[in-house]
Amino acid sequence: MHVSSRQFKDNARKAVTDDNLRQSLATMKTGFRARRGEAVAALPEFEALREAGRAMKNHTLENLDHYLERFEAKVIESGGHVHWAPDAEAARRAVLGICRAHGAKLVTKGKSMVTEEIELNAFLEKNDIESVETDLGEYIIQLRQEQPSHIIAPAIHVRKSEVADLFREHHAGLPADRPLDEPRALLDEARAVLRERFLSADVGITGANMLVAETGSTVIVTNEGNGDLTQLLPRVHVVVTSIDKVVPTLEDAATVLRLLARSATGQPMATYTTLATGPRREGDPDGPAHFHVVLVDNGRSALLDSPYREVLRCIRCAACINHCPIYGAVGGHAYGSVYPGPIGSVLTPALSSLEDAGSLPNASTLCGRCEAVCPMKIPLPRMLRQWREEEVHRSLTPESARRIMTAWSFAARHPGVYRLGTSLAGRALRFLGGRRGSLRRVPLAGEWTRVRDLPAPEPGEPFMARYKRKKKP
Amino acid sequence: MSSRPRDTILAGIRAALKRPTDPEDISTDAVDDRLRSRAAQVVPAIARGTRSELVNRFIANAETAGAAVTRTAPDGMADAVVAVLGESAVSGRVAVAADPRLDSVEASDRLTVERRGTPSGDDVIAVGHAMAGLAETGTLLMASGPDSPSSLNVLSDTHVIVVRTSDIVGGLEDGWDRLRQSCPDGMLPRTVHLITGPSRTGDIEQTIQIGAHGPRQLHVILLDDDADVGGI
Repeated sequence: MHVSSRQFKDNARKAVTDDNLRQSLATMKTGFRARRGEAVAALPEFEALREAGRAMKNHTLENLDHYLERFEAKVIESGGHVHWAPDAEAARRAVLGICRAHGAKLVTKGKSMVTEEIELNAFLEKNDIESVETDLGEYIIQLRQEQPSHIIAPAIHVRKSEVADLFREHHAGLPADRPLDEPRALLDEARAVLRERFLSADVGITGANMLVAETGSTVIVTNEGNGDLTQLLPRVHVVVTSIDKVVPTLEDAATVLRLLARSATGQPMATYTTLATGPRREGDPDGPAHFHVVLVDNGRSALLDSPYREVLRCIRCAACINHCPIYGAVGGHAYGSVYPGPIGSVLTPALSSLEDAGSLPNASTLCGRCEAVCPMKIPLPRMLRQWREEEVHRSLTPESARRIMTAWSFAARHPGVYRLGTSLAGRALRFLGGRRGSLRRVPLAGEWTRVRDLPAPEPGEPFMARYKRKKKP
Repeated sequence: MSSRPRDTILAGIRAALKRPTDPEDISTDAVDDRLRSRAAQVVPAIARGTRSELVNRFIANAETAGAAVTRTAPDGMADAVVAVLGESAVSGRVAVAADPRLDSVEASDRLTVERRGTPSGDDVIAVGHAMAGLAETGTLLMASGPDSPSSLNVLSDTHVIVVRTSDIVGGLEDGWDRLRQSCPDGMLPRTVHLITGPSRTGDIEQTIQIGAHGPRQLHVILLDDDADVGGI
């Protein structure tokens, strides 16, 4: 996984002054957040479902080896093949092997974060296989040669006028003066262009929202219908997915389905929930003749024995991203990872390294909204703190920051020192504030005072003294 | 296909879960129980009710999701299909699933059926029959099979789905039961679609557009074949 999170601070600085991005991100509040709120309020059992989802997934992870074996056996029984990929390279090789075996030249793709994680498109192109994204948002960012900036709305950072320019540039053979001002016109054009690709593709690649151990089914949850055209029309359907997606039974899948769309887009149910089990059967008039599942680990099994195990409960709904004030300010690209937002800040250091992604766990105010909206009750703030602690223990934070933390921790453990310190600091700030009663600049807080003054503390009895006095009878 | 990557992953998981080294000591009872019992978890109240409550809820939820619902007597099926298609009944290219329950649609002289079975990329209207309807969310359950091509569900511009009131059930769990009853060998049909409204996208500036890659319109023809539910 390519990670450029070391540039987070620079990226974030650029992002907050980008007006286009500001306008795009502003749509999240009226869009995703408002709709989720309404959908959750309309279902009295939502909290019970979250609890059931959490318990179900904990049980599944505790028995992950068994459930994966059961899933595999069912896929084989229904005529499909399972490929196990310990890392990204193995996953890419497995997909390429399948494509080569079928002489594929053109691949259509449904939306899949795992294929973004393993950077499948670039690899296939390098091996002379054209790979076309068919989800509208993914199609847009593929033409722009970008990473997704959001896990369910990959092109959320792109304005419609930019999409129009992009289509004029890439869709040759259409009248240059055609009107492309409305989203409708853009969508219709993309639909027509991609329709031809759906019908001529040799292999269709999708991800999976779930794998059902009971039946050997892979489940995708979509709205556009592109995932279905991708998997039904070509001769070969390849599902690229990760080992944490397995659930025991269809009843357990129901729990996830009731949580997923509500948390993501605020729909009670997405337009298409599609269960794919093996290849087409004898007598079936359509459907793929070959069915392959590529099970990707890529660092996940190691998480089972770590403080981050619970992140494997994630169902990729993006509620944490939609509710994160940091994501809302800087957008997805600033994170430098295909997984942005709170979930990305926990997942990215685990899937790459803390050295590469250390700024991400720090890109959080720990306000707790992500955990409050997470349908699987993942304690994201706790994990973000955990990464920060690990950073300090492994001496990855700047020396100056560590010194300050050491001094702070000493003071916090010694109340006398703490009180003496605050009393001295209070006096110093009052002195520096002078008659204005505020400070234009404070040592070590230059960034903070760059855009505002710091009011000096009011003279008078300190809190602790007052507290002690009041406590006395 | 080498089995080594498989062993690597499973061994990694077992080590992380601190499984005993002797396979004899590993119990799979909890897994077996869960797979055997298929116990329902939290079933919301919207997935329960009397027969007529469920039918009414199915209609309301399907309409909220953007489907148009026409309720009619079973012998009014062909007329209802013609009515919802309007002028395109004759001028449009219509593909109808081979399901014999849809024969009267082909027999109608007010409708031109291009083919029975798998649609081509040029057929703009598709007519299929649902296995069940879920009241919980207004969802149609479509199962692939010799009489029921799955590409029919996503390839057309206008999708017409026929469903019977006797097949309207409460929630997802009831849908799964129907599905399991339909495949006694325990192997699900290749493709099971749960369809809720016409296709859509919000990928351009979060403006919801109905009609993305799949059908732009979804018509549900609800046939009143269940005496317990009561008429229209």
